[in-house]
Amino acid sequence: MADLSVNFAGIKSPNPFWLASAPPTDKEYNVVRALKAGWGGVVWKTLGEDPPIVNVSSRYGAASYGGNRIMGFNNIELITDRPLDVNLREIKSVKRDFPDRAIIVSLMVPCEEDAWKKILPLVEDTGADGIELNFGCPHGMSERGMGAAVGQVPDYVEMVTRWCKQHSRMPTIVKLTPNVTDILAPARAAWRGGADAVSLINTIMSIMSIDLDAMAPTPVVGGMGTHGGYCGPGVKPIALRMVGEIARDRAMAGLPISGIGGISTWNDAAEYIALGSGTVQICTAAMHHGFRIIEDLTDGLSNWMDQKGYARIKDFQGKAIPNFVHWEDLNINFKTLAHIDQDLCVQCGLCHIACEDTAHQAIGATRVDGKRHYEVIEAECVGCNLCAHVCPVDNCITMNPAETGLAFSTWKEHPNNPLRVDNPPLSTKALV
Amino acid sequence: MSEGLGEQILGKHASVAEVAIKLGEMAAPLSRDEARVEADRCYFCYDAPCVEACPTGIDIPGFIGKIRTGNVRGSAVTILESNIFGGGCARVCPTEILCEEACVREAQEGKPVTIGSLQRYATDVLMATGEQPFTRAPLTGKRIAVVGAGPAGLACAHRLAMLGHDVVVFEARPKPGGLNEYGIAAYKVVDDFAQREVAFILGIGGITIEYETPLGPDLTLDHLRQAFDAVFLAIGLADPNALGVPGEDQAGVMDALGFIELLRQDPVQAAALARGNVIVIGGGNTAIDAATQVRLLGAETVTLAYRRGPEQMGATKVEQEWAQTHGVTIRHWLAPVAIEHSAVAFGRTRLDAGKLVVTDERVTLPADLVLKAVGQSFLPEPLTPASAPASFANRIGVDQTYQTSLPGVFAGGDCVSAGEDLTVQAVAHGRDAAIAINRYLST
Ligand SMILES: Cc1cc2nc3c(=O)[nH]c(=O)nc-3n(C[C@H](O)[C@H](O)[C@H](O)COP(=O)(O)OP(=O)(O)OC[C@H]3O[C@@H](n4cnc5c(N)ncnc54)[C@H](O)[C@@H]3O)c2cc1C
Ligand SMILES: Cc1cc2nc3c(=O)[nH]c(=O)nc-3n(C[C@H](O)[C@H](O)[C@H](O)COP(=O)(O)O)c2cc1C
Ligand code: SF4
Ligand code: SF4
Ligand code: SF4
Repeated sequence: MADLSVNFAGIKSPNPFWLASAPPTDKEYNVVRALKAGWGGVVWKTLGEDPPIVNVSSRYGAASYGGNRIMGFNNIELITDRPLDVNLREIKSVKRDFPDRAIIVSLMVPCEEDAWKKILPLVEDTGADGIELNFGCPHGMSERGMGAAVGQVPDYVEMVTRWCKQHSRMPTIVKLTPNVTDILAPARAAWRGGADAVSLINTIMSIMSIDLDAMAPTPVVGGMGTHGGYCGPGVKPIALRMVGEIARDRAMAGLPISGIGGISTWNDAAEYIALGSGTVQICTAAMHHGFRIIEDLTDGLSNWMDQKGYARIKDFQGKAIPNFVHWEDLNINFKTLAHIDQDLCVQCGLCHIACEDTAHQAIGATRVDGKRHYEVIEAECVGCNLCAHVCPVDNCITMNPAETGLAFSTWKEHPNNPLRVDNPPLSTKALV
Repeated sequence: MSEGLGEQILGKHASVAEVAIKLGEMAAPLSRDEARVEADRCYFCYDAPCVEACPTGIDIPGFIGKIRTGNVRGSAVTILESNIFGGGCARVCPTEILCEEACVREAQEGKPVTIGSLQRYATDVLMATGEQPFTRAPLTGKRIAVVGAGPAGLACAHRLAMLGHDVVVFEARPKPGGLNEYGIAAYKVVDDFAQREVAFILGIGGITIEYETPLGPDLTLDHLRQAFDAVFLAIGLADPNALGVPGEDQAGVMDALGFIELLRQDPVQAAALARGNVIVIGGGNTAIDAATQVRLLGAETVTLAYRRGPEQMGATKVEQEWAQTHGVTIRHWLAPVAIEHSAVAFGRTRLDAGKLVVTDERVTLPADLVLKAVGQSFLPEPLTPASAPASFANRIGVDQTYQTSLPGVFAGGDCVSAGEDLTVQAVAHGRDAAIAINRYLST
């Protein structure tokens, strides 16, 4: 059986699955239930200064898709609404009762050194394994100069990280907001400030939907709504890309990453780990189904690792990073062709109409003995993959590599590229 | 405990409501959530095979897609545009041999999208509002006579009314609906649905129905041809076939259709007949419906005897299973040879070089009631002695536009030889005949 234990920036955890800082980690009651269920660790719901904030009602919006609930989720909640000393007392008690688990405390206080100086020793006193700086909350807190308001300004990120490293001995994880144009800027700032790790993504600024009766954004609070933070399965592709950008950045090589965003299954988690994450954090999936999902998260990951021959997480962590390249590094001479398995085809016509109307007119619709027949016209197929995505039958359309007889070549050398390397334009010539 | 044919003691009469409860409803309607979930299973196929398999060609992916987006009224209109009996067809169509058999999910996983139940969901929502979603084109001043107020006749009348023509429907019986009212099993169309549907259809306006006014000696085809701009004949099949065996005429032997009709019109009376041992002879859906209903009403044993094997039965597999799970015993390879005082004598049959032969082996089954369901034939009498249209395969002959050999006389539904004897087929005939009549009148 595979060994799922990890050491993340000096923080030990029996498995890479942590509950992200959110309602599931709001208080001792939930956290104890989660740890008993088998979660490797928790990032406690973000603490702030007293008096605690107050929340509105209601607080969540969600998108369903294709009959599935919570394809995406958003919230307009703020950080913890409980007094600081109550949280600290409970954290201490949990850490005492679960010494083998990772207990991380998320923090958000005003962007002043004194505020951080004051709270850090209190957290350290609980015995927690580390802190996570919440620079990501996109609503409510940023209006007060905290959360995303800090996370969007690299200089602030660096400065606050430095304070934390100065005033505490705890490993410091900086949680990044995705509400920026270039995720590398705040990540590098955290790294310069001495962060032991980064975690990402926090939620994405969003309006979940408009209630067409109330004529207001959802969730509707007394007739009005506000933007919130978007998360859940729908954000995974966005988050993965940001994780990948940081993971392949040469300057920050080796910086531990805790991957967050839309993770619902062990498979999702494996993808984040393959792209460099050392741990993963989960919120929406737990809020949707409860803590019991940890059973399959660990069991599924372990079975898959056994099957692949990975004994430890490290054995596949980051394995996909070298293959995450820039577009210009792709082999422009590689070609795949769609192929329809006629025995599996149920003649729904979806591949045909998709390719015919919106791609390359490469799937012919004919009748053979009166029966519908769909066939790829290989001369027209560009291998775009659209048909395979729309086909409702698993493995019915496969994309098969086609022999082109051409050598590996990229856009950088392509004759159509005015900036190609063997023919640099005048301006670049002047530079080199 | 057999009391002899025709000697049933009429028990304590149940009420109409009690009879309805006993019969139940074959399929429960879908809730909004169930409909959304089922609608999500549809792939929205291009050139969808289900559409081709529907005799009225309803845009099935289109209407299901509208359920998915919550546009339920639009969904119902999409259905009714092609099939004004969309609500009734959703209940009575043997979908397992029509749209659902062709559904690609049937090929993929043996579980088609339940198109019929979704169709019912959408049409129920619209019909509950009482809205007639269609309007009439500017009036043409043309008048068309439709004979028969069954699915074919009324589908034709509705489309003609939409096209701006005025329609008079001549109906032999006191109520409209044809077999929807008198023949379809009660558990398929509960709560007086057949009449509610007719009322919905007549909501378009421009259609009057003359009840108890049969085509025949007092109202000839010649007369209709003179008085109207065109005529549409939709008189169905009026004549239940006989078995042609001794003893057929005694009390306690009746046509299954007659029994179902009694059940639909006087349920208490029919329930009183459902006692002791009942034998139903036949293999089509009339036999299945009669057998299942008589069993549900309390007959102790119900045996459906068919002279061939399960594959040859006209009733679909689903229908056969439906009867069996409701306590009907189906026995194959039995042909009646005589009906005795309280029993039916069968000869065992077998196939001999493809031909059915009755062997000497006899099987006698006790019977308190015998229901004959060996098909109906077209009864040409109403069309004679006046010059009748040419016939084909013992029914009225028509061309592809439902025109008979007589100019201006069209026909459709069960009384013509084209297609299957199904409600949905009759509706398709009626609609397409109306379009053909409209073209005929405007040239
Ligand atoms: C017992 C039974 C069960 C069935 N179950 C199903 C089912 O579950 N699903 C399905 O799809 N199909 C079923 N069918 C078949 C379906 O009912 C018919 O195919 C359909 O009703 C044919 O419609 P129609 O309009 O052609 O004829 P009909 O429905 O027979 O209507 C003919 C109308 O014409 C009237 N008429 C007859 N003669 C005259 C005259 N001389 N003058 C004036 N009016 C006249 C009749 O009174 C009647 O109203 C069943 C049939 C039977 C007998
Ligand atoms: C295959 C593909 C290619 C696209 N190319 C462009 C593009 O060249 N320029 C552009 O402005 N947007 C492009 N887009 C983005 C779309 O215009 C659109 O903004 C985006 O898909 C979001 O809309 P939708 O998801 O609702 O369809 C592309 C989208 C797709 C799927
Ligand atoms: S891969 Fe693209 S171009 Fe080729 S058949 Fe499929 S949809 Fe058409
Ligand atoms: S999408 Fe798939 S199942 Fe449908 S016609 Fe194309 S190949 Fe066949
Ligand atoms: S065949 Fe089935 S899946 Fe395809 S459109 Fe029709 S109902 Fe939908």
